[in-house]
Amino acid sequence: MVDKTLELFDCGHRACGGCGAALAARLVTKAAGTNTIVVSATGCMEVFSTPYPETAWKVPWIHSLFENASAVASGVEASLKKQGRTEKVVIMAGDGATFDIGMICISGAFERGHDFTYICYDNEAYMNTGIQRSGATPYDASTTTSPAGKCSFGNKRPKKDIPQIIAAHGAPYVATASIAYPADLMQKVEKAINTVGPCYIQVHAPCCTGWGFEGEQTIAVAKLAIETGLWVNYEMVDGKVVKAKKVVRKPVEEYLKTQKRFRHLFKPTRQDAEIATIQAIADRNAEKYAIDIKLKKE
Amino acid sequence: MMQITEGSHAVADAVRLCRPQVIAAYPITPQTHIVEALADMVADCELDAEYLTVDNELSALSACIGASAAGSRTYSATTSQGLALMFEVCFNAAGMRLPIVMSIANRALGAPLSIWNDQQDSISLRDSGWLQFYAEDNQEATDLHYLAYRVAEDHSVLLPAFVCFDGFILSHTYEPIDTLSQEDIDRFLPKFSPYERLDAADPISFGMYATPEYYLEFRYEMDRALKESKAIIEKRGKEFGQMFGRDYSAMVEGYRLEDADTAIVAMGSICGTTKDAIDEMREEGKKVGLLKIRVFRPFPTEDLARALAHVQRVAVLDKNISLGAKGAVALEVKDALYGSGIPVKGYVIGLGGRDVRKKDIKAIVGLIGKGQGDMFYGLRTEVL
Repeated sequence: MVDKTLELFDCGHRACGGCGAALAARLVTKAAGTNTIVVSATGCMEVFSTPYPETAWKVPWIHSLFENASAVASGVEASLKKQGRTEKVVIMAGDGATFDIGMICISGAFERGHDFTYICYDNEAYMNTGIQRSGATPYDASTTTSPAGKCSFGNKRPKKDIPQIIAAHGAPYVATASIAYPADLMQKVEKAINTVGPCYIQVHAPCCTGWGFEGEQTIAVAKLAIETGLWVNYEMVDGKVVKAKKVVRKPVEEYLKTQKRFRHLFKPTRQDAEIATIQAIADRNAEKYAIDIKLKKE
Repeated sequence: MMQITEGSHAVADAVRLCRPQVIAAYPITPQTHIVEALADMVADCELDAEYLTVDNELSALSACIGASAAGSRTYSATTSQGLALMFEVCFNAAGMRLPIVMSIANRALGAPLSIWNDQQDSISLRDSGWLQFYAEDNQEATDLHYLAYRVAEDHSVLLPAFVCFDGFILSHTYEPIDTLSQEDIDRFLPKFSPYERLDAADPISFGMYATPEYYLEFRYEMDRALKESKAIIEKRGKEFGQMFGRDYSAMVEGYRLEDADTAIVAMGSICGTTKDAIDEMREEGKKVGLLKIRVFRPFPTEDLARALAHVQRVAVLDKNISLGAKGAVALEVKDALYGSGIPVKGYVIGLGGRDVRKKDIKAIVGLIGKGQGDMFYGLRTEVL
């Protein structure tokens, strides 16, 4: 049994106050326990947790490059197997390292079927380099490379559906989670770690600096993503959705209004058509994952 | 025991005797016969290794980084475009001080695409912190793998190593090889003992980032380790010689150089052709000798200066070109002989598999006799 009272991602790291990714690291390592080796990709988490000669990681940790964490993890896993060792391999990578630059290495590693758990902390842009768009950036979010302007509403494409792509590789367990629901996140990490084969968990991890909200609002913002249906927490076993968190849905603008990255949808003038497009994304999510709780008629 | 073996198969057999625990590789011509042979050995339980057939070369070396950091002896092989794809990972593996050994079946880099031999690929990674060994023949190509692991894993070195041998010219050529036994190699190459490893019982962080307060010192320590590895190469090369009769203590090796007035400096299989050309020129009374460079990184600056101190002129053969400058070996030799007054001329030769024959070596000796050099040799002017 894993002792969940242990703090394996230590305090004193350099993340912003209210960092969703730092909270993800803390919860994931808590759930994974001491018998874990963490492989990180280059990114915010790597930088804020390991400025030489300091480290926040109280489990063995390795970082090599931006795009190769899953290949490095493949090697770690093969080596442990060869040595007859029991440590679990956990990858921690951001959305840029996962959705974009790391995709070849990820595809190869999942196809080869290594026994590891891949955690993508998804803060929906390249935060470490100054909030540039990634394949995980949601529709209409303003970033430094997809800025809203006189003839732009920000990011022109919806978020890439990586969990489906990973599931298509035959991954036995794929899940999404949110830092706003820590018990659920930790249960999913435990499940993934104890499933043989390559597993994937995508964790919604709001970034106060990049999204533009106060640091004490991180959990509230993450919760609103779930409550509006713009983020769905679900589990897939052998490619099939087996569980999704149901909600009484709120309109998407309750979520959008909390963040500066969507401010241009409300000021100087309200952009009803754009907000309707985003609402349609939430509606499709709700239908696809059947998350709506139907309230009884009076 | 002498056996007639293809170069790639001889190398694969040498790798097997080194007992790598994790192999990760991606197929690329002319490296393929090596990784195919290793796959056969694993399939037949002749080699007890985890063999990862990865999705590209970047993943191959990245997997080696993970496996090496977790405490396993690791191996990969590549060439040309594959090595170029590993560029970033090569610097990373060296910076993380992981003693990975990788065979390079040297091949030209595109564009234009060429599958044939030159040494542009490994030379282009001369600044990455890897040891670079170059083999003249397949016997040397096999033996240098044993030496490479022995030196790279030394706790005073802890840097990865390339063992380079010319693609096709050596990799696909059958030669008699003195094959060693597992018992032999176990005596020479001890079990891998990592300096540090990823271990839940004793957690450490590998591959952190360094601020300007620390980075310079990291690079200095790598440079120092690489330079000090010369002493380890000498020691282990000598030990190998005492055990098996082939001494690799010298990083440069002279051939009929003692009384030569003209020295040719070269690396790789071209040295064999050069030796034959020298024998013929000697019969004509020309005092020509060869200085073969076996280790290009660390560069044997002092050894080379000592070995060439008595000659009147030096012709350097380069199977690579630092475009806009000169061949990389010529640049190093000029540096080593700076202030000696000995004229050094470079000749870029044999790129992209252009055959180099004895007559070419003789022609270059003629050119340097006339003071002509620092040039491409053998250009087909009719297609320019």
